[in-house]
Amino acid sequence: MMIDREARKLLFETVARRVIESAEELTDLDRAIGDGDHGANMRRGFEAVLASVDELSAKNLGESLKGVGTTLVMKVGGASGPLYGTLFMSLGKSLADDVTQEQIAEAFAAAIEAVKARGKSDVGQKTMLDVLFPVLGVLRESGAGLPLRLKATAREAAERTVPMRAIRGRASFLGDRSIGHMDPGARSSELIVDAVADVMEGFA
Amino acid sequence: MKKLINAAESVLSESLAGFCAAHSDIVRMGEQAPFVLRRNLIPGKVALISGGGSGHEPLHSGFVGYGMLDAACPGQVFTSPTPDLILAAAEAADTGGGVLFIVKNYEGDVMNFDMAREMCGKPAEAVITDDDVAVETSTFSTGRRGVAGTLIVEKILGAAAEEGRDLAALKALGDRVNAATRSIGIALTSCTVPAAGKPTFDIAEDEMEVGVGIHGEPGRRRVKLRPAAEIAAEMVHAITADLGERARGEAMLVINGFGATPLSELYLMYEAVRRLLEPAGSIIVRSLVGNFVTSLDMAGCSATVSMLDEEMKRLWDAPVHTAALRWGM
Repeated sequence: MMIDREARKLLFETVARRVIESAEELTDLDRAIGDGDHGANMRRGFEAVLASVDELSAKNLGESLKGVGTTLVMKVGGASGPLYGTLFMSLGKSLADDVTQEQIAEAFAAAIEAVKARGKSDVGQKTMLDVLFPVLGVLRESGAGLPLRLKATAREAAERTVPMRAIRGRASFLGDRSIGHMDPGARSSELIVDAVADVMEGFA
Repeated sequence: MKKLINAAESVLSESLAGFCAAHSDIVRMGEQAPFVLRRNLIPGKVALISGGGSGHEPLHSGFVGYGMLDAACPGQVFTSPTPDLILAAAEAADTGGGVLFIVKNYEGDVMNFDMAREMCGKPAEAVITDDDVAVETSTFSTGRRGVAGTLIVEKILGAAAEEGRDLAALKALGDRVNAATRSIGIALTSCTVPAAGKPTFDIAEDEMEVGVGIHGEPGRRRVKLRPAAEIAAEMVHAITADLGERARGEAMLVINGFGATPLSELYLMYEAVRRLLEPAGSIIVRSLVGNFVTSLDMAGCSATVSMLDEEMKRLWDAPVHTAALRWGM
């Protein structure tokens, strides 16, 4: 598929708007098991993406994804800035404008490894990785209805962080008290995947 | 929310402008970005730079000046500063001796300072502080938080840097001071982040949070409020049990308020904690009581015990001139 300038712009705008409009919900999730700043931080980062979306999407897909990543690193702060920044910067390393699903899956796999290395974390620790990893599984499958499968998988994966005990991140300081709440980073990852799937479906 | 602010978005910049103006004899605002820079930098001295989320004032900006930090990078409230701010501070503060970052052990801070260290292109090391005993250490977890013990590391390293020690020696000294230091905190209330507009957690009038951090994050346990002597006993037990045999000897005791507890209560807690430390073998020879590493408007306090040797004592006593700590000059 061809991800041209218009498609890139639509993609970045849709993702940014979804995160911005969900900021309050992310903050509420973070108040329960963190320090209540995830929504405000993510909103600041994606507002910066929105503000420079024309400039960002004018570059080819790889460079524009790196640009989004750098913007997030410099604007979000906290742990989310380096982690989401690393995710987007890594995605931008290998993707050309004309890409196959296999190439996207491989770039996504490399990006997940980069996030793991940056956060010294892994799957099963109640983090964004618990959404990203199942999403990678869907990207590696062939077949029809990819957007719907992405959405369903991301939603279920985020739900599965509720009973988990946090091992990384500020929620880990709570020990067992982190159980029973959805991880805010898992939720923000779900929102981003959901927004991307909306663009793929042509609903955005 | 009841706060002396104009708008939640501008609290940090307006507060920082006031800080730099009020202490213009000691610090100035960074030119390229909003960080706090020491006014009189010493050529060739290792630059000590700290930073982290705002809301812990006077940490870190209040510790910029002679005998302590060369620059501080304030992030948004309870949010790590971003690499661009840290890079700008490193560029401005480095006078040829390299840069030592003092970073509290939170993933956001560690990751953002790591990215800056990788990107800065100059000799740079980091001392990570993790003095909070409330968090159990595990190879699988984030590890202990850096809390009020950070100010002891910053003061002692600042004095050593002033003496002209090199980057490697300062990094080793910082790790040694951190390893000799333990803290535990309790909270009577939560705190309200201006951008959130409501308290981070709900707590009843007759409850307290044990093992609390400095970001309004809930602690390990919620218990009924008890008399100060019993609270002090629990805090001393947590610290001395963790120090083990190391608890015997000369020590410094810091009773640190979280922002909304009056000094009278802090001194009361100081006395209660000090009396209980002596039977455990910790002889308090240096003390500090006040609001130094705060959590906005949280009520409560932390106790920090740092086991001292002759060198640490001498460096603690060395002159310092910052907005929040000043003696010997």
